[in-house]
Amino acid sequence: MNGIKKTVLHDRHIALGGMMVEFAGYNMPLYYTNIAAEHHAIRERVGMFDVSHMGEIRVSGPDATKFVNHLCTNDFSSLPAGRLNYTLFCYENGGCVDDSMVYKMSEDEYFLVVNASNVNKDFDWICSNKGEFDVEIENQSDFYGQIALQGPQAEEMFQQMVQEDLSKIPFLGFSKLIVFGRETISSRSGYTGEDGFEIYAENALIEEIWDHLVKMVVVPCGLGCRDTLRFEAALPLYGHEIDSTISPLEAGLGFAVKLDKVDFIGKDALVSQKQNGLPRKMVGIELIEKNIPRQGYVVYSQNEQEIGIITTGYLSPSSGLPIANALIMPEFSKMGTQVFVQIRKKMIPAKIRDRKFIQKKYKKGE
Amino acid sequence: MSKVLENLLYAQSHEWAKIDGNVAWIGISDYAQHALGSVVFVDLPQVGDEFGAEEEFGAVESVKAASELLMPIGGTVIAVNEAVINEPELLNVDPYEHWLVKIEIKDPSESSQLLNNIDYEKICK
Repeated sequence: MNGIKKTVLHDRHIALGGMMVEFAGYNMPLYYTNIAAEHHAIRERVGMFDVSHMGEIRVSGPDATKFVNHLCTNDFSSLPAGRLNYTLFCYENGGCVDDSMVYKMSEDEYFLVVNASNVNKDFDWICSNKGEFDVEIENQSDFYGQIALQGPQAEEMFQQMVQEDLSKIPFLGFSKLIVFGRETISSRSGYTGEDGFEIYAENALIEEIWDHLVKMVVVPCGLGCRDTLRFEAALPLYGHEIDSTISPLEAGLGFAVKLDKVDFIGKDALVSQKQNGLPRKMVGIELIEKNIPRQGYVVYSQNEQEIGIITTGYLSPSSGLPIANALIMPEFSKMGTQVFVQIRKKMIPAKIRDRKFIQKKYKKGE
Repeated sequence: MSKVLENLLYAQSHEWAKIDGNVAWIGISDYAQHALGSVVFVDLPQVGDEFGAEEEFGAVESVKAASELLMPIGGTVIAVNEAVINEPELLNVDPYEHWLVKIEIKDPSESSQLLNNIDYEKICK
C-alpha cells in the first residue's frame, strides 16, 4: 500500500470487517455489512461515517471575510458567526475548483471543509488568490479527524455525550462542544438528507468518540451508502455533478451563487452564462424499464441525438427506482420528456423527472 | 476463501461453464459474487441472442457497480434463468446453483481455452 493514507480510525475499520477500498488516496471502508443495510440504518435510525479524510483549511486575519467572499460563490458577509453554509469555489471561466462547507467562527476566522480528493489543489488555489488580502491560510487536514453522525436518532445519541442542549443548535449551526473534556467543532449538518451532526476534533479525541458511538450501537457506515444517501438527497459530488468543466449554474446550484455580490472569482463568466442561457442543465432521470443508470452513460433524445450524460445513478435503496442525475441540453429538460439511456448495447427508455428523490428531514427549527 | 467446484470450467473473468454435450449453463463464480457484494440487479440477454467467446452478454450489478458478464464459450442463448432476474440476491446465496443462461455451444473446441478448477483456484488467491 505504497503512499496510500490511513485515517486515525483505520484499524477500527479493519476490526469491524470493513470492505476497504482506495478513495481519494485513503484506504477507506466501502461498507462493513452491505451498502443497502447501512443506507437504511441512516434513513431509519442512526449511523456514522469516518470522514477524517476530508480537508480542513483555516483562513484567519483582518481581511478574512473579504477574502472568503472573494473565493466563494456564496455570500458570507451577512452570515452570523456560529453558522456554516455551502459554497462553490470557481475558476475565472466558471468551472468548479471544488465545493465546500464554510464555517464562520468570527468575522476574522473561517474554517473551510473541502473534498479529500481536492485538498492540495484547493489549498494551492486559495493561496494563489491571496494577493493583497491580510489573511493567514493554514491546511489543518492532518490535525483534524471527522465523524458524521447521521439519522433521525443522531441528536439523541450525541446528546448523551455533551452538556450543551443540542436542540439549541439549528440546521447549519455549529458550536465548540466539549466532548470527554476536550473541544470539538460540531455542526448540525451532513451529506445524507437526514438530521445529524458533523464532529471535528483532534485525531485522538475522534478515536474516543468513535469507540463510544460504537458502544451505543450506532451503525458504522461506509462510503458506499454515503454516496447513495447524498445522491437521493440531490447533494452534488465533485467529479460527478460538478468539476472544472461544469459550472454551478449548470449543476443546479444557483442557490449558492450570489451573482449580486460585488466580486468573486468566476463571477463574470457565470453572469454571462446566466444572460446567454445555460449550455447544459442538471435534471433527474428515471428509467421506465428495470436497469441501473450509472455515471458516464450517454443520454439520447427520441430521435437518437446525443443530448447529455449521467453524472450519478442508482437503483435507489430508498425507493427501489432506477434514478439518476443527468447533465443534458436544456431543450430536453422539460419534466416528462421521453429520452433513452444507453446501457451497454441497449437503449433503455427513460423520462425526465425532478430531483426530489426523497423527502429531506433536516431540523430547520421553528 | 471462495469456493471453486470441481466439475466446472472457468474463465479468467470469473464466469463458470457447465458443459453437457453441445449445451452449457453459464454462471458467475463464488469469487465474483464475493468481490461484487450484494447483487441487486442482473441484466441478461434474450433467448436466441448469439455471442462469441469473451463477448459481453450482460451484467451483474451491486448497489455500487456494474460488472460485465463475458461469455466463456461462444453460442446461442436457449434459456435464461428468470429466477435470478427476479431475485438477484440468489447469486450471493449460491452462485453455482443459480445459473444465468443456458446456451447451445457453437464450437466445443473453445472449451480448451477455459480453466479447470485447480488452475482457476490459483487466480482466485
